[in-house]
Amino acid sequence: MGRKILFVTTDQQRYDTLTCNGGALSRTPVIDGLAAEGVRYERNHPQSVVCMPSRSTIVTGQHPTTHGVFMNGVPLPADAPSVVEVLRASGYRTALVGKAHFEPYFDPFLRFEENALSAEGTTPHGGHRRGFEHLETAAHGAMGPLHYSQWLIKNHPEALGMYCRAVDDTLQVSSEPGGDTGAPQVKVNPIDRGIYHTDWVADRVIAWLDSIDADEDWFCWMSFPDPHHPWDPPESEVGRVDWREVPLPAGYPEDRATREAIIDGKPRHWRAWYDGTLVSNYEAPAEWVPATLTTDQVREVNARNAVEVELIDEALGRVLARVAERGWGDDVDIVFTSDHGELQGDFGLLFKGPYHVDALMRLPLVWRPAPSSRQGAGTAPSVVTRPVGLIDLAPTFCTIAGIEPPEWMQGKPLPVDDGDALTRGFDKVLTEWDSELFGVDVHLRTMMRDRWVVTAYLPGTSHDGTEGELYDLVDDPLQQVNRWDDPDMRPLRDDLVADLWDSQPEARAERLVLEAPV
Amino acid sequence: MTARRGSMRHAIRLACPPDLVWDLVGAPERLPEWWLGIESCVIEGDTRTITTRSGLPMPERLLTIDHNLRRFQYRITVPMFAEHLSTIDVHDLHDGTCLVVYSVDAEPAVLALVISGAARAALNHLPEQLGVEQVR
Repeated sequence: MGRKILFVTTDQQRYDTLTCNGGALSRTPVIDGLAAEGVRYERNHPQSVVCMPSRSTIVTGQHPTTHGVFMNGVPLPADAPSVVEVLRASGYRTALVGKAHFEPYFDPFLRFEENALSAEGTTPHGGHRRGFEHLETAAHGAMGPLHYSQWLIKNHPEALGMYCRAVDDTLQVSSEPGGDTGAPQVKVNPIDRGIYHTDWVADRVIAWLDSIDADEDWFCWMSFPDPHHPWDPPESEVGRVDWREVPLPAGYPEDRATREAIIDGKPRHWRAWYDGTLVSNYEAPAEWVPATLTTDQVREVNARNAVEVELIDEALGRVLARVAERGWGDDVDIVFTSDHGELQGDFGLLFKGPYHVDALMRLPLVWRPAPSSRQGAGTAPSVVTRPVGLIDLAPTFCTIAGIEPPEWMQGKPLPVDDGDALTRGFDKVLTEWDSELFGVDVHLRTMMRDRWVVTAYLPGTSHDGTEGELYDLVDDPLQQVNRWDDPDMRPLRDDLVADLWDSQPEARAERLVLEAPV
Repeated sequence: MTARRGSMRHAIRLACPPDLVWDLVGAPERLPEWWLGIESCVIEGDTRTITTRSGLPMPERLLTIDHNLRRFQYRITVPMFAEHLSTIDVHDLHDGTCLVVYSVDAEPAVLALVISGAARAALNHLPEQLGVEQVR
């Protein structure tokens, strides 16, 4: 019997939303407890700041340039390499419960198996898909033909209209105001907590674990759709955090002129989006103008986000209790992270897009090795400050399972402490953005190294290829001062940019194609 | 601003005479043979109503079936579309191959992406359906 793996992801969760990472709004005792027993990472970056490319990186262990899913709406080919298939082939039982999103959601013809499967069951054609023997899917609310939506239709049809409408009549992300403050993607949701998607995901994970023999090894990806917008947690839970008492985020200067001066120091698409003159991607409401965001809306969004984070923590606690009841407590590795972050008021912005700052790039990551493992027994709780990435998860899972990571994986097994990270060369992490939507294209390449985050822009609709961003994470942790054009920084900038380009991964031979908006 | 109206295009080059392709894609009743994810297809006059695999009925108005140009055009008339026009052209490249082009214009723009994505999958299904090679 080997080590089991419970891989827990959330969607669009910032680093600073966990108590163990310094967050003050949410109470996350379960995740904090895992961090106290294991390894907590302070510089974990995604390789893309939107869902499909980032999730494709997690499952393939490759950069977006290599796996080819360059933006949302580009499906990951069914035959793409998968760490889950590696685990399955070596005898692991495998499941994904919750949000998958390797394939687009907008799919009226049900071309994609992730969408079509709910009508047929939870076992993909051929016995597995990407290595997952069990796929039971959910997204943000009662959306699409996924398992959770079908379950709601069958068992709780009254709840279908309770969720926030994610898209409007023009199929754009809805900007309909809601809540107490009229914030976009906020809604009072009267749904019973027990049938909210967070608890449904935990329930279905528990059901799947109950189907596993005690001596089998397993890999379960428990993929919560929250705290991604819409921010519509069950109304019964909203009182946990009174938005009126929520302090404004450090990244949100209350003074409008100060906010706008900060944005004006960045490449021009920042200000263009803030003013509502350019929408470069589908991930934010096209009709919503960030400049209209009020301080109370920032507070309410943060409060509701915090509630959703707490519900996730509690749902994880229920699953861990079941794992313990099954006698697996000492044999399971638990990895907790998110696919990307959320602006959540920073710079006066919400949602996500081509903005490579900590709000979107700095993610929570906690690894609690199985206590019974030799590595676990020999690993003292630690904090890793050197940079790692989601790309390192796939080889980590292989290592946990006692498998040599395949050559196609581009990351390295996660370090267990800073000494290990230093020895094995964890000195930089890459993130990229490419989007092409109805004539608007944006292309960014980013590297975090030492105390610096550097982003170089390639030519696109708003950029001529000379623009960039350079931030000192020590002196400017909120990334408010762009030093790209600072003459004093030129030698450093040149060195970082040269390293950035030298570090670019191999590109996929045949370019994939955008097939849906998301 | 994000465009309200979207325009997309996909194409495939096939190693066969254009008429072989046109006989299939120019026949409105044969759509389910090459377009994946269609449960049913009913034609009444100039109206074709398809039902997608997700159960969505999608009435279409057939606008152009030009055997000389090898051009097929139709509009989806579901209220969700403020505007829609899809065009399929089969071009003879006069070297034993042909080029099949699917173009779509739609408002809301997002729907152009959804339809064109499905159209691309349909084009990519043509070689298997027709038993011909794709020319790359």
